This record gives sequence, structure tokens and C-alpha cells, in this order.
Amino acid sequence: MSDLSRRKLIIGGLATAAGASGLVVANGLAKRYGLIPPDNGGLYGLGETLNYASQRVLTSHSMAREFPRSEISNPPFANDVAPLGEAFKRLQEGAFAGWRLLVDGMVARPASFSLAELKSYPSRSQITHLACEEGWSYIAEWIGVPLSHVLGVVGILPQARYVVYRSIQPDWWDSVDMADALHPQTLVAYGMNGGELPVGNGGPLRLRVPRQLGYKNVKYITRLTVTDDLKRFGEGLGSASPEGGYAWYAGI
Amino acid sequence: MRHSALVRVTHWITTLCFLALLVTGIEILISHPRFYWGETGNIHTTPLFKLPIPASRSSVPTGYGYVLPDQNGWSRYLHFQSAWVAVLTGLLYIISSLFSGHLRKNLLPGGADLSWQAFSSTIANHLRFKPPDEEESWSYNLLQRLTYLLVIFVLFPLVIWTGLAMSPAIASVFPSAVSVLGGQQSARTIHFFVSVALFLFLLVHIAMICLAGFRKRLRAMITGRAGIDKEGA
Repeated sequence: MSDLSRRKLIIGGLATAAGASGLVVANGLAKRYGLIPPDNGGLYGLGETLNYASQRVLTSHSMAREFPRSEISNPPFANDVAPLGEAFKRLQEGAFAGWRLLVDGMVARPASFSLAELKSYPSRSQITHLACEEGWSYIAEWIGVPLSHVLGVVGILPQARYVVYRSIQPDWWDSVDMADALHPQTLVAYGMNGGELPVGNGGPLRLRVPRQLGYKNVKYITRLTVTDDLKRFGEGLGSASPEGGYAWYAGI
Repeated sequence: MRHSALVRVTHWITTLCFLALLVTGIEILISHPRFYWGETGNIHTTPLFKLPIPASRSSVPTGYGYVLPDQNGWSRYLHFQSAWVAVLTGLLYIISSLFSGHLRKNLLPGGADLSWQAFSSTIANHLRFKPPDEEESWSYNLLQRLTYLLVIFVLFPLVIWTGLAMSPAIASVFPSAVSVLGGQQSARTIHFFVSVALFLFLLVHIAMICLAGFRKRLRAMITGRAGIDKEGA
């Protein structure tokens, strides 16, 4: 073996060892700081982890852009909604007086809220952009109670890491990490453009996560579950989206 | 010209990523083949233009009586994963090109190249489809240098920027990166045009390789050896 090839071999070996230990350290840090998304496996797990981890680091203090009232889309936009079931229709006939938002899981005081109770809490209104992964978008004013306030009322336990939210449409459920759940712009929204939230836009109750794409903003929410582990929900991928082939994290 | 191992490896990784980005980009595009200017755009607003193609979502009025299958899920996953690999590969290429002198020696036009005479003779040779002679094939000519510089330092950065500007999370961190483009729908429209420009570059690039001797150039980019084509083309 010549000197040159031996030197190459040593440098190559050291580089490989450094690279491998770098990956191990990166993986450990990523796990510790919650930078691994639930859909981190499979063919696209690497790209998805890079998306989530990098955006989580960048967005730790960021606020979604808010717009002046003149920017509100007119006419207001609403996309097609799958037919809503009998349960929804009955509640709609009663002007949603019987609509409840159940909050359970890792909370000190599980509770169930009526719309009137949610509206009695301090409200927040914000004019933000909602973009669908398909490419279309609109701007609207969203009115609701910050999710952080609702979580404060029930008292989340220290080990809480995610909030799972479910819709009256059984196929739709999703989850956000605590960074998004406690973000001041994340709303349990019941109003839009100065009025009630229209059914076409998710009324009477929709989760509004303005730093993520439209599909993360689940309509007709009925239940929030605080958890430390998403493995117990559905196929363990964090939401219905990865089960249908879409990324759990929808910040991009 | 002899391509270094780094140029060859990054070239083929970028090729694979670009093809994946192109296919998945088209797939994402067909879910809403309408383009807008400004912050917002949807089927109730007037588009800047529409592509005369069917869509993969029934909610988009296209004039076609059918809807294409929706493949956005894996297309989006693969689009972003390819973008990550392409960006990291591109950074490796640019940083090592700065240090190795590849950028200065092979890409930046030299003093003599920048005369009008040199410029017009290069263009004339291209227009006459004159294949490069042995001496020319050892370095990039002026048109090649300018095109590669445009692709590496203008089109790729612009397509990355406009792509990121569509992300609601990135927009929350760098709001001015969106507003200087005119809004998120403007970013999407520019992203489309830059992608078209990159695709045109790919077509011309392949055409030029065919003109210069496809097997010889392909071998040069794989093995690093240009030399005389022993197979006689």
C-alpha cells in the first residue's frame, strides 16, 4: 500500500467517523428539542424532518403576517366541503346551541365548552392569509379565542407535547405541537369578517393555525386531546393527512 | 475540458433532483393551473393567466369534462426533499468552486472573451450549429459561461426564494421576502416562470450536448475524460 492511498484511507475513515458521529449528535439534539415530526419514517422522512426542524427553529418567535382590512378577499372565499352528516344537520337546526368542544387528555381539569362559553373568553381578531396546498389563497378576518387560553382554563400537564384536534367529520383530525398550540395567533375561531363563521368556512368552530397551510386548519372541531405521544392516535403519524399521503407539518 | 470529480458528482445529483422537482412541480401545479398577481388568488378572482390544461381538482373550472388524478401528497414530500438535496449540493458546488478556482477559471469570462468580437463570433458559431473544435472543447466558451452563471447565480437562487416565499411559516419569519415579490401569489407566478426558464435551459443544454457529440460529452461528465472519441461517434 502506497503512502498516498494510506493517507486517503485514513482521511476517508476519519471523515466517515466524523460524519456518522455528527449524525448521531444531530439526531439526539433533534429529539431533545422536539424537531422530529411524527411522519419521519419512510422514503420522504428525511426531507420532512429537515422541513419541520428548520422551520421550527426559524419560527420560534415569528408571527404570521397580518393585513389591513382593505386586503380582505371580496367576495369571501369558501372551498367545497364534503357533505356534512346527520349529527351536524341536527346541531345546525338548533343554531349550534348544542355544539360542544370537549377538551381532555393530559389536562388537570377536562372540560366541555359550549360556543357561548368560548365566546365569553377574551377574543382575538386577526386578518391573515389562508393558503391551500393546491395553490389558491384568500385573506379574511378571523375571530376566536386563542387556543392557549382554552388550554390555560383546563390546565395542561407539564409532559404535554401535542394537541390533537378532531372534527365532526370523522375523516378529519390533526395535531399541532405545543409551539403552535400556544402560539398567540392560533385560534379556536368562531367568527369571520365581523360575523359568525360561515359553515362553508368551518363554522361554527374551526382551528385556525395561520403559520400553516389550509389543511391544518380543521373545520367543525368538536374535541381537543392533549398528549405527550401521537403514536396512540390513528396510525401514529400525527394526523389524517399523512395517512392520506400528505405531510403532517404544513408550514411549507 | 476535464471535469473534476466534484463537478461530475454534483452535476448528476443536481440532474436527478431537478428532474424530480420538475415532475412533482408539474403535478402540484395541475391542482390549480391558474396564476395570479398579488397576495391572494382563487377561483373567484381574476387570474393573470390560466394554463389550457385539465386540473386534478374538480373545484377548478378548466373547460375539460374530466379531472386528473390527484398526486399532491407524495409530490409535495418529494418536491421538498429534492429541493433540500439540490440546495445542499448547490452550496457544496459553489463553496468548493470558490476555493478550487473553478468559478474564476472556468465560469467567469476572461478579459479577451468579453470583447464584442469574441461575443459575436461565439454567437455566430452557435447559429451555424458549428460543433466545437478540439481546442474549444477544453474550456467553456463565453455563451456557456454566461448561461451557467445565469443558471447558478440568478435562476436557482430565484426559484429557491420564490418557492420559500410560498411557505406560510417562512413568510412569518421573513415577511419582506414575500412583499418585495408582490405577495405570495406573485411568488408562485414567478416560481412558475423561473421553472420554465430552467426547463428551457435543460432542453438547450441537451441540444448543445448532442451537437458537440453526445457520447463524448456524456462520457466526459461521467468519467472526467473528454479526449478523442475513439468510438468514432
